[in-house]
Amino acid sequence: MSSEIALQAVDLVKHFPTGSKGLLGRADKNVRAVDGVSFTLRKGKTLGIVGESGCGKSTLARVVTRLIEPTSGNVLLDGVDITKTSGKDLRRLRRQMQMIFQDPVSSLNPRHSVGQIIAMPLRVQGLLDEADSIERVKELMQLVGLNPEHFNRYPHEFSGGQRQRIGIGRSLALNPTVIIADEPVSALDVSVQAQILNLLERLQTGLGLSMIFIAHDLSVVRHIADDVAVMYLGKIVEIGPAEDVYSRPAHPYTKALLSAVPIHDPSERGGTGRIRLVGDVPSPIDPPSGCRFRTRCWKATDLCGAIEPPLQADASGRIVACHFPEETPLTIGKSPE
Amino acid sequence: MTENSVPVLSVQNLRVSFDTQDGTVHAVDGVSFDAYAGETICIVGESGSGKSVMASSIMRLNNSSTATTEGRILVKGLDVLSASEEEVRGIRGSEVAMIFQDPMSALNPYFTVGKQIAEAYVVHHPGASKHEIHDVVLAMMIKVGIPSPEKRIDEYPHQFSGGMRQRIVIAIALINNPKILIADEPTTALDVTVQAQILDLMMSLQKEFGMTIILITHDLGVVAEVAQDVIVMYAGHIVEQSHVDALFHAPTHPYSWGLLGSVASYGDNKRGGLVTISGSPPSLISLAVGCSFHPRCAHSKGEGSVCMTVSPSLRSVGSDGSRSACHLADDVLVSVGRGGFRS
Amino acid sequence: MFLFVVRRLFFAVVLLLAVSVFTYLLFALLPTDPAALTCGIHCKPETVLANRIRLGYDKPVLEQYWQFLRGIFVGRDYGLGQTAFSCPAPSLGYSFNQHACVTSLIGETFPVTAFLAIGAFILWMIIGIGVGAIAALNKGKWQDRFATGFAAVGVSLPTFYIGLLVLFSVVIWFQILPFPSYEAPLDNFSAFITAMILPWLVLAVLSAASYTRLTRNGMLEAMNEDFVRLGVAKGLRLRVILRRYVMRQALIPIVTIAGLDFAGLLGGAIITESVFSLPGMGRMSIRAVVDSDLPVLVGTTMVAAVFIVVANVIVDIAYGFLDPRVRVSS
Repeated sequence: MSSEIALQAVDLVKHFPTGSKGLLGRADKNVRAVDGVSFTLRKGKTLGIVGESGCGKSTLARVVTRLIEPTSGNVLLDGVDITKTSGKDLRRLRRQMQMIFQDPVSSLNPRHSVGQIIAMPLRVQGLLDEADSIERVKELMQLVGLNPEHFNRYPHEFSGGQRQRIGIGRSLALNPTVIIADEPVSALDVSVQAQILNLLERLQTGLGLSMIFIAHDLSVVRHIADDVAVMYLGKIVEIGPAEDVYSRPAHPYTKALLSAVPIHDPSERGGTGRIRLVGDVPSPIDPPSGCRFRTRCWKATDLCGAIEPPLQADASGRIVACHFPEETPLTIGKSPE
Repeated sequence: MTENSVPVLSVQNLRVSFDTQDGTVHAVDGVSFDAYAGETICIVGESGSGKSVMASSIMRLNNSSTATTEGRILVKGLDVLSASEEEVRGIRGSEVAMIFQDPMSALNPYFTVGKQIAEAYVVHHPGASKHEIHDVVLAMMIKVGIPSPEKRIDEYPHQFSGGMRQRIVIAIALINNPKILIADEPTTALDVTVQAQILDLMMSLQKEFGMTIILITHDLGVVAEVAQDVIVMYAGHIVEQSHVDALFHAPTHPYSWGLLGSVASYGDNKRGGLVTISGSPPSLISLAVGCSFHPRCAHSKGEGSVCMTVSPSLRSVGSDGSRSACHLADDVLVSVGRGGFRS
Repeated sequence: MFLFVVRRLFFAVVLLLAVSVFTYLLFALLPTDPAALTCGIHCKPETVLANRIRLGYDKPVLEQYWQFLRGIFVGRDYGLGQTAFSCPAPSLGYSFNQHACVTSLIGETFPVTAFLAIGAFILWMIIGIGVGAIAALNKGKWQDRFATGFAAVGVSLPTFYIGLLVLFSVVIWFQILPFPSYEAPLDNFSAFITAMILPWLVLAVLSAASYTRLTRNGMLEAMNEDFVRLGVAKGLRLRVILRRYVMRQALIPIVTIAGLDFAGLLGGAIITESVFSLPGMGRMSIRAVVDSDLPVLVGTTMVAAVFIVVANVIVDIAYGFLDPRVRVSS
């Protein structure tokens, strides 16, 4: 495997048994949360994963880090298949891959001081040396923009943005190479989001981190990601460099998603390029046959229902899962993009 | 005198504070504004700005045992804050209607959606026949875009998706043709594609019913899409009130400028660093002396200056009808703001 | 929904069978020899042996159990020839102490327990839900504090203490009522009421305590819900909001718990019946323990178990009716 690749997911699948049971209590249906996802994370780069609720992106984050066991598939971290390792080896591998969570309130133990929280990964991994740990904690706090003298304070004494900084500090304690950030700014106020995003960018450049950034806010992902993967109903429908995906989306869903984002300019109001999707997202228990998006796609044909389009390069080199990728670039405002 | 010169809603010097264990929280600290027929006003603010508390006050929904409210809120000539319980009940759901943020918990899980929409109608039309109610409810469901309404009218809320539930909430709100619709973050809990559908629906219904919409949000994109007038709130005050174009192209308060700057920079070059506002929203327990934004303001004049000693009041700035609560609005900001980040 | 009910009923039957096995074996394996208690102190060994055979205690345990189980459906015959007798179905055994079929003993005592349970149930629901509702609607004020205090005290005080205290004060010290002496309502209604009023009140007030707390907390939680706020925003009157929105949600868990509590009482309120000398199933059970009258104990345990299992099934099904989210899938 090329040394340029930090992480690779191969055909990841995660099915959850549903609540409905037959007479004897055996589950007969599955929620197909992640249904065959493959991607590559390049070293030192950020891969943004976007999608709406129910697309499986949060489940994907947990499967990639093996917080949830995948139903099938592999995850290669720097060439090593973490789905095949266990015990001490897995523990050692986990040092390289850390996670930042969405909710700054519930992801920090309210009974632990900030110092304890940030040092916890070191303690868990048996790397805790009492004397050095305080120094390390202070160093990390400074790195994420917190006052190092506050290491004895408790989470409730900090604001939302500061708590998220604590969570980031904790994720850096073991000097990981890969960070999985699951909606790290969604629960924060707008004015604070920007601070945290700036911090993440600075850390990435400074520490050479490779990052997977999961979000539902497309503007945020556009800013921070080098590559973007768009998910729908458990599958990736399009993946590519961020600028390409945002300016020339190949998949109809990507186009509709981007066109639904409100533009921050009232003079662009009323443009005609807007695409409005009709209907609801189908259930992940029983996804549509063939292409999953076909029930809401304005150009679906019989072929779309019969054969599921594979995720592969189209005529123009964009990687998309569609029989009829979009050709025209996205224009939503009165003025062209 | 045209009817447009009489505001349908007039909020005058509203102050709302809550008694909590930690002290008195001054959620709304002197807010005044008017809303006219057919207008769409967006109230923008982050958590702690007081926008939701202010919105609940319009229909007197705040818990009277913990909240102290002062000021006047005039709806159709009636001062909501000093009216009797019966008078306020009379305008709730008929003159003024409200939709809330989380559609998943906004509906009563124990009754069918048909019954709940009907309930809103029957409260203000007590003599209506069963037939009439059924027709009205069905018509409303069709209008808000619920597919196969004859079948779904007898279903329960948990059988609907989030977007559909919000449509039902809108149906409940609009069934009595209210003059004013208050929408408290109506799309925040929804996916972006559903959000677009719901905003479209609200706008087309507004055109049809001719009502005033007061939309509360933290999302500036939504503001850009639908607003005519914008009120920016911070720490319980209005810091800026402008026409939407003026706000986006020439904001007159450092907070607005910071907000717009931080989201606008998303679309621009990457890795350039986003414009940020340092610090965090303030605690509302101890009222700041002077301007409540000054601890985070890049333009604050510092120790002993008017920014730290005198609380600014909302006043006219410039010539396009903008109002700003900043001591420095005239001198520094207007010239900096114009031609700022949106040329 | 139908499948849900069928499954619950099926498991209920399995559970009852398991209870019957467990109960019977538990008593059968005790060291006391039931046959030895059939005829008092001056018992000849031959009589004991004859009785043992007559009552079937010489057979292996499992066969005894089988006879017992069979007896519930078709009745049971004891002994042979002249000394033979039978207990008609549903036979739960024969009490040699009292020389009567257990079923008829239960038949005599159960109505008393039932009257006690029903009366107390109605009273405690009214008191508990009423006081709890007043507390919730006046949160923080003196009504709330009183109700919360009442709930705390009621939950902590044991029935035998309060029961005896009430009995002594009302009957002996203040002489308001005569000593309770139970008579069936159809025989002498005023004596019935006089006998039942004190146990009803004691049981009701003490049980009401936990329902006060449940109602108060359930209502306060419901009043904070978004959908209640929407109801207010529609312009509904407070009374309607309380009925259709708040109580509808708060009462569901209360009703289900009350069903289980009531069923438990039907098995016999042992302490209350003993304190107030009510000839109910509970008092009979405790006497049976003292007298080592095992067949009676097996019988009353089975009856109590049936009530509880049935109540559980009913409560499960009722929950499905009360909450649409349980009975209708999304």
